[in-house]
Amino acid sequence: MRITQGCFSFLPDLDDEQIRAQVEYCLRNDWAIGIEYTDDPHPRNTYWNMWGNPMFDLKDAAGVMMELDACRKANPDDYIKLIAFDSTRGFETVRTAFLVQRPKVEPRFSMTRTDVRGRSMTYTLSTVQP
Amino acid sequence: MSEAAVLPAETPEKINLAEDFETSGVAAILRELDEELIGLAPVKQRIRETAALLLVDRARKKLGLAHDTPTLHMSFTGNPGVGKTTVALKMAGLLHRLGYIRKGHLVSVTRDDLVGQYIGHTAPKTREVLKKAMGGVLFIDEAYYLYKPDNERDYGQEAIEILLQVMENHRDDLVVILAGYADRMDQFFASNPGFRSRIAHHIEFPDYTDAELLRIAESMLKHNEYSFDPGGQEAMRAYIAARRALPHFANARSIRNALDRARLRQANRLFEAGAPVDAQALSTLTRADIEASRVFAGGLAHERQAG
Repeated sequence: MRITQGCFSFLPDLDDEQIRAQVEYCLRNDWAIGIEYTDDPHPRNTYWNMWGNPMFDLKDAAGVMMELDACRKANPDDYIKLIAFDSTRGFETVRTAFLVQRPKVEPRFSMTRTDVRGRSMTYTLSTVQP
Repeated sequence: MSEAAVLPAETPEKINLAEDFETSGVAAILRELDEELIGLAPVKQRIRETAALLLVDRARKKLGLAHDTPTLHMSFTGNPGVGKTTVALKMAGLLHRLGYIRKGHLVSVTRDDLVGQYIGHTAPKTREVLKKAMGGVLFIDEAYYLYKPDNERDYGQEAIEILLQVMENHRDDLVVILAGYADRMDQFFASNPGFRSRIAHHIEFPDYTDAELLRIAESMLKHNEYSFDPGGQEAMRAYIAARRALPHFANARSIRNALDRARLRQANRLFEAGAPVDAQALSTLTRADIEASRVFAGGLAHERQAG
């Protein structure tokens, strides 16, 4: 199932040139860029693995692309996203996040219905790895 | 496919290099260099040559002739205080105007910024600095401290390897300038052949002559709206000659320090005189302000004993 989360996820996947342009935009706004990856794209999974620390004080997208390539090489079959943090309010606020890599075969989600007290129903969404 | 089809649709037949020189802003930077930096003739000549090479290269590209991105990594060698950092800053501007680096900022680092303190600390640290420098110029001051031959477990070697790798693979993304004293840089290059072959431009910074140092002193004062009276100028000339003979002479930096101390004495003199002062008095350094320097007594006390 094609996961849609973050910006641009209803568009075709961004190519490197487009990613670079987005990163340049973020850097122009003085945002820091972080790279995160995971194999579990569950919507409630907010804690993806960090690929190093977020990168502060960069002037050019080349540095981000270098780290992104390294991350892709180490995790060729994971989801990778870029996150931009804005510090103007005194704490790092996420301004944008978008996927830059998906696994070749994406996991599915399955929903389990459970009967609880009386006839009420709870729902559990879980990731099914292919 | 025919030859014509390969070329871009609008290939100009002729390119006016002189015009290109002006419009690209390179001329302005070189003029600035000439005006702001006193002396350093061989350095300016090398920079002019480099600029010419890059302009010609760019023109070749426009005409569809074969070109490859030249290696622009450089080494600046020279004694302390001869303007290596200042020139590196100008170089970043120059390369930016010529379109060889995308952003044109200068990241100035020393060993401490690149080399970590424990195993596994160095690589991320070096990469961090390299990422910050991308799109601009990375200036490594006193680069020879990266390599410590007497300690084979030194983490400097790791930083060197990462540097070399990035200098090769990211030639389009950043320019590395290594700087340091001539003799120690030679040793450094001799023990790291990888660096020597990856650096195309070795630029040597000569020491300033006494006359140049005097002009530098005057321009520094002018910048702060001070000036010498005739006696002060004469004393400064004598000071420069005497200071050069003492240890730890650092060219323009020594002059800057000497002027700072002279201003201190001038302030003290005016204060102790107790008389009302005018703008003229406030901005004039006299013979007494310079000649009170310990340099005329043969240096600092412990140096006199040692010598």
